[in-house]
Amino acid sequence: MFQSIDFSLLALDAPGWGGALLQGFWRSIQLAAGGYAMGIVIGILGASAKLYGGLVMRDLAQVYTTVIRAVPELVLMLLFYYVGTDLLNRAAQSMGFAGIEVDGLAAGILVIGLVQGGYATEVIRGAIRAVPHGQIEAAQAFGMSPLKVMRRVTLPAMTPHAIPGMANLWMIATKDTALLAVIGFSELTQVTRQAASSTRAYFLFFLSAGALYLMLTLVSNVILRRYEVRARRGLIAAHQAR
Amino acid sequence: MRNILTPMMMPHRLIMAALALAGLTAMALTMQWDWLPANLPRLWDGLLMTLAMLAGSVVVGFALALPLALFQVMGPAPLRWLSLGFCTVIRGTPLLLQLWLFYFGLGALFAQFPEIRDSWAWPYLRQAWPYGFLALTVSFAAYQGEVMRGAFTGVPHGELEAARAVGMSPWLVFRRVWFPRALHRALPTLAGEIILQLKSTPLVATITVTDLYAVITRIRQTTLLTYEPLLLLVAVYLCLSGILILALRWLENRVPTQR
Repeated sequence: MFQSIDFSLLALDAPGWGGALLQGFWRSIQLAAGGYAMGIVIGILGASAKLYGGLVMRDLAQVYTTVIRAVPELVLMLLFYYVGTDLLNRAAQSMGFAGIEVDGLAAGILVIGLVQGGYATEVIRGAIRAVPHGQIEAAQAFGMSPLKVMRRVTLPAMTPHAIPGMANLWMIATKDTALLAVIGFSELTQVTRQAASSTRAYFLFFLSAGALYLMLTLVSNVILRRYEVRARRGLIAAHQAR
Repeated sequence: MRNILTPMMMPHRLIMAALALAGLTAMALTMQWDWLPANLPRLWDGLLMTLAMLAGSVVVGFALALPLALFQVMGPAPLRWLSLGFCTVIRGTPLLLQLWLFYFGLGALFAQFPEIRDSWAWPYLRQAWPYGFLALTVSFAAYQGEVMRGAFTGVPHGELEAARAVGMSPWLVFRRVWFPRALHRALPTLAGEIILQLKSTPLVATITVTDLYAVITRIRQTTLLTYEPLLLLVAVYLCLSGILILALRWLENRVPTQR
C-alpha cells in the first residue's frame, strides 16, 4: 500500500527535483527580501505622512492602510500585478517602445512591497509615537533639517519599538511569497507543485518544501531576536534603572 | 450621530469624497458591467461559500485552539511539546502549501484505500471543500492557540488562587474564572485574527472550491475583462471586513471592561 519513499527524487541533478526546489527557494527569499525592503521604505513614508503630513496626505495614507488591511493579499496581488504591468506597458508604448516584458522578479517584489507597506506603515507609526517627543524636539532645537532629524534621531530611536512588529511582518512576507504561485511565479510553492504533480510523490515534495519554509522562519527568528537585543541595548538599562 | 458626522464635514474631506464619488461614477459609466446581472446568483452562492468557510473554520478552529493553548500552559511535557511543535510548524509554513498538501497529498492517499473508497465518507472526501475546510481550521487553530496561550498565562495568578480558596473545583475555576478572563483578554486580538481568516479564505479557490474568488475568476475567464470583476471583488471584501470589524467592536463593547 505504502510505496517506500523514493528520496532519489530529491537529488540535485536533472532527474531529481532537489536543484529546482532550491532554486525556487532562493527565488522566494529574493522576493520576500525585496518586498520587505520596499515595504519598509513605504512604511517610513506612510508613517511620516500619517504623523507629519498635511490633512490630505494623512487621509490618503489612512485610506491606503485601510484598504491593504481589509482586502485579501491574493486579490491585492492580482490587482497590483495587472495594473502595474498594464501601466508599465502603456507607458512604454507611449514612449515609443513596443510593449516591454515586465521582469517577473521586479513585478513580484513590487506586489509584495505594496502589500507589506500597508502593514509596515502602522508598525512604524506606532514605533515613532513611542519615541519620547523631547528627543525629537531636542534634535530640532539643534537646527537639524527634518530629514536629518529622521535619519539621526527618529529612525534609530524607534527601531527597538518597531522590531517585534517588523519581525512579524518578515514572517508574513516569507509566507506571502507562496501566494505568487497562484499568479504563476516560479517560486518554491509553484515548483513544489510542479514536482509533486509530475512525480505523484505529493507528500515527499510538499513536506520538503514545508521544511525549507520552516527552516527559513526559525533561522530568521534567531537572527531577529539577536538584533532586537542589540537594538534595545540602551533601553534595557533604562528599564532596569527604574 | 454628530460625533460621526463632524469629522466628515471638514472641507478637504468633502472634496476628497466628491472626487472618490466622481471616480466611482466614471468607473460605473465607462467600464463594462453588463456581465453583472446574469452572474448575480452565482456571486451570491460564492459569497455564501466564503462566509460558510469563514464561520465554520473560526468556530471549529477556536474549539481546537483551547486544548492546544491549555496543553502548552499546563499539560504534561509530551503534550506540551506536541502542541508547541504543531503551532510552530503550522505558523511557520505558508497556508497555500498546507492546503495543497492536504488536497493533493491526502486526496491521493485516500484514493489508494478501498476501505475508504467504499465508506460513507467517500462522497465527501471526493469533493474539494473538506480539504479547504481542514486547512483553514488547522491554520486558525494554530494562530488562535498561540493567542489563547498568551491570554491564559496573562490572567493574574491571584484571581485563580482566590477562586481556589473559595473551594471551587479545578473545572469550576476554569469555567467561571480562568476561561472568561482569558477570553476577555483575547477578544481584541480575536477580532484581528478573524479578519485575517477572512482574507485567507480565497486560497481555497486554488483547489476548485467555488467561493466568491473562484466565481470572479470564472467570470474573468469567460468575459476576458481584467479589472471590472477584480474591482467588484475588492469592494465586496472591503464591505465584509467593515461589517466584521463593526460587529466585533460591538461585541467587545458589550463585555464590561471594569476590573
